[in-house]
Amino acid sequence: MSLLATQALAKSFGDNRAVDRVDFSVRQGEVLALIGSNGAGKTTLVNLVSGLLPPDSGQIIFEDQDVTRQSSYQRIRAGIARSFQIVNLFDHLSCADNVALSIFSRHGKTLKLTTLASRDREVWDEAHGVLHRFGLERAATMLAGAISHGERKLLDVAVAYALKPKLLFLDEPTSGVSTREKAPIMDIVTSIVRAGGITVVIIEHDMDIVFRYSERIVVMHQGVILADGTPDQIRNNDAVTTTLIGTHPGGEPAIGSANNAGR
Amino acid sequence: MNTTVAVPEPRSALRKLAWVLPVALLLLIAPFVVDPFQTLTLTYGLIAAIGALGFNLLLGYTGLLSFGHSAFFGAGAYTAAFMFKYLKVASMELFLAGSVLVSAIISILFGYVCVRYTRIFFGILTLALSQVLWSLAFKFFWVTGGSDGLRVPTPSLLGVPPSKDTMDFIAFRYYYYVLGAFVICTLLMWVVVHSPFGKALQAIRDNEIRAEFIGIRIRRYRLIAFVISGIFTGVAGALWAPLNGLASPDILIWTFSGEIVFMTVLGGFRTFVGPIIGAIAFTYLKTYAVGFTVYWQLLLGTVLVVLVLALPTGIMGAVERIAAKLKKAR
Amino acid sequence: MAVFVIHILNALLYSSVLFLIAGGLSLIYGVMRILNLAHGNLYALGAFVTAWAISLALASGAPIAVLIVLLPAGALAAALAGAVIERTLLRPFYKRPEEYQLLMTFGLLMILEDLIRLAFGPNPLSATTVYAAFGSISIGGDRYPAYNLVIIAVGVVAAIFLWAFIYRTRFGVLLRATSQDKRMASALGVNVNRIYIQAFTLGCFMAGLGGAIVVPSQSAVLGMGVDALVLAFIVVVIGGLGSLEGALAGALIVGVVRELGITLFPEIELAVLYLIAAFVLLVRPAGLFGRA
Repeated sequence: MSLLATQALAKSFGDNRAVDRVDFSVRQGEVLALIGSNGAGKTTLVNLVSGLLPPDSGQIIFEDQDVTRQSSYQRIRAGIARSFQIVNLFDHLSCADNVALSIFSRHGKTLKLTTLASRDREVWDEAHGVLHRFGLERAATMLAGAISHGERKLLDVAVAYALKPKLLFLDEPTSGVSTREKAPIMDIVTSIVRAGGITVVIIEHDMDIVFRYSERIVVMHQGVILADGTPDQIRNNDAVTTTLIGTHPGGEPAIGSANNAGR
Repeated sequence: MNTTVAVPEPRSALRKLAWVLPVALLLLIAPFVVDPFQTLTLTYGLIAAIGALGFNLLLGYTGLLSFGHSAFFGAGAYTAAFMFKYLKVASMELFLAGSVLVSAIISILFGYVCVRYTRIFFGILTLALSQVLWSLAFKFFWVTGGSDGLRVPTPSLLGVPPSKDTMDFIAFRYYYYVLGAFVICTLLMWVVVHSPFGKALQAIRDNEIRAEFIGIRIRRYRLIAFVISGIFTGVAGALWAPLNGLASPDILIWTFSGEIVFMTVLGGFRTFVGPIIGAIAFTYLKTYAVGFTVYWQLLLGTVLVVLVLALPTGIMGAVERIAAKLKKAR
Repeated sequence: MAVFVIHILNALLYSSVLFLIAGGLSLIYGVMRILNLAHGNLYALGAFVTAWAISLALASGAPIAVLIVLLPAGALAAALAGAVIERTLLRPFYKRPEEYQLLMTFGLLMILEDLIRLAFGPNPLSATTVYAAFGSISIGGDRYPAYNLVIIAVGVVAAIFLWAFIYRTRFGVLLRATSQDKRMASALGVNVNRIYIQAFTLGCFMAGLGGAIVVPSQSAVLGMGVDALVLAFIVVVIGGLGSLEGALAGALIVGVVRELGITLFPEIELAVLYLIAAFVLLVRPAGLFGRA
């Protein structure tokens, strides 16, 4: 069952057709990796679906509703959430505050101005629970701007996760993180979302991560979808391997390939 | 789920109470230990503090720098003046009720236009709109008294008419009335700032995009903050008018808005009490500067420049830094 | 008909001065992204210095020609002040959030206001001798002060000169490059600090020139800077902050509306201007010619 579907979605920046009439769909419950080289249109696609950018043309259908005209906060309310490649947190608030805000918002409590936030045990219990599952409980009272980069990446995902979304977009959740830290981050993230039955779309450049954690891979190139299938199917797709992964057909992803360089 | 995490409220609240208590005591006994002029200055300071608290909801907590808060202060003051002149009212409670209503209306109108913008444009727009009020006060002199202003009498407080001895009335009864209003306003603002709404405002301040992406409608929240802010400053204006005896366009002009910004930054806009301290400090600073030299603007202007250059986090920022250094030294 | 022409001239006169002030403000913002709240006081400084220089010269018996030559004195003084201010007070703030810059310029406003008072005293200064020296011309039978035409002429010349300067000289290219992308310009070898000080000085020169040429027709009085700044704000809001064409268009619009206002609805003429500004901000936030 298709949770999200775009129809002929398009967005151009001047002459650059970042997203070129793309039909993209996500099925309920799956963990999907969205890959492609720089400029392929992955982030733009996510920006369009999450509501950060308005499309030039096309439609976005979420749970059989046309959300194309809806603003981002409306789509959040509908159940779409995202994390950001360049970490977007409330730096002057504590990690607990960051997560709690999502929870307050989810409960519709953010307009309450006559009660103290600290009194709401339910919200704070849940916030600490989320932090605990992401391995961030020691940073609960630290300001989001003061923790390590890896922790910030996790927190960025946690804030989106705390919205209990139906569809979660993770934009390069391990970018800028050392290779050693990548797998633990992905382990945490995927176990949490699997346990919660959340449908996830991950933008990633690290092919090892992609092949290890995703059930389905969608490959974008220059604004269009080049290929769409299981990791095995993609690995054996000649067009994909030669353009993106830099291997000979059928082979393992090469270390230091054009795609991994600079990530 | 066990929440033993030290959300640091209990401990730091106790520490804060430690120095609030002596200050509260001082404020309570002030009229009995200092001369009436000091009490008067302190009264002006507390009134300014209410205004600055309102202003800082926008600056410190929502990240919006308004250069038009004189509009609300003036609205509060002129409401009291109009109520006396046209409705023959001379009750402080009615003055306050009227100013809350009027400043709410004006802040809804102005806020609706202004919160679509941030930063420089927001500042320019608030300035321009406050100047509209200033020019109206100036030009419609048959209604507003023009540059001469309108007289505001000493009103009855809680139904009790003012005593014959004006100095005694101001130094005691009016002072305690203002002190009471100040305490109430501070408590109200404290709750607002520590409520889920207050947290949402801070989220908007820190990261507008992320706030939107956790489901917060930025404009609506900014508008609500704007209105609360305007009402607090309007209340300050209403309390100020009887003390000054006169409501004139001087409190609507944009440079007066600048003074409100000045006092907030002086105290430190990143803390809750910063604006209070800054407002009282600024009131004393200005009172003595004006008494000391005709070139008081030069004095205050220099203070502001030095402040922004060397001490951008204000008095409270300096206090916190010193406290942190002392803690490290131990 | 003559009345109509006179109204047009009055509007142009007002627009000329406004263009100089607002153009300077917009230039500075366009290049440096600084909104100088003290800009009006540089206009005031120009007015006071010129009036003072002229009255000095008058007192020492100088001929009219000398008095006229002294007119730009205020502009030069403002430019000099601008150079000093940029170097000492503005430069520390370039890397800081713009709110701090705004606050600093507000402090500067207070300082300049009193420095002017300190230097020139609390009383208005005038240069009516120069005003009278130009006599009056006849427009359809009515007498009209010829000096007003001088003001208009200066405004026109300034606009042309600025346009040429910005679009036809090497310095202008550097100015535009820096205003569009400071880091890129710097990477390409442009001395951004030097561009900044030059742009700021030029902007202050314009404001000072506005004050200098207007002072024969109205005295230099304390507080004129604060009043002027709000009007300059209206002009740049309508025309677009950072755009010279916008400053010109805005100045013309404000000049016309004010002239209409004074004749038809004097009580609310100011309020109408502020409301137009607010309306423009609502409908077209970047102003007529501004970039967002």
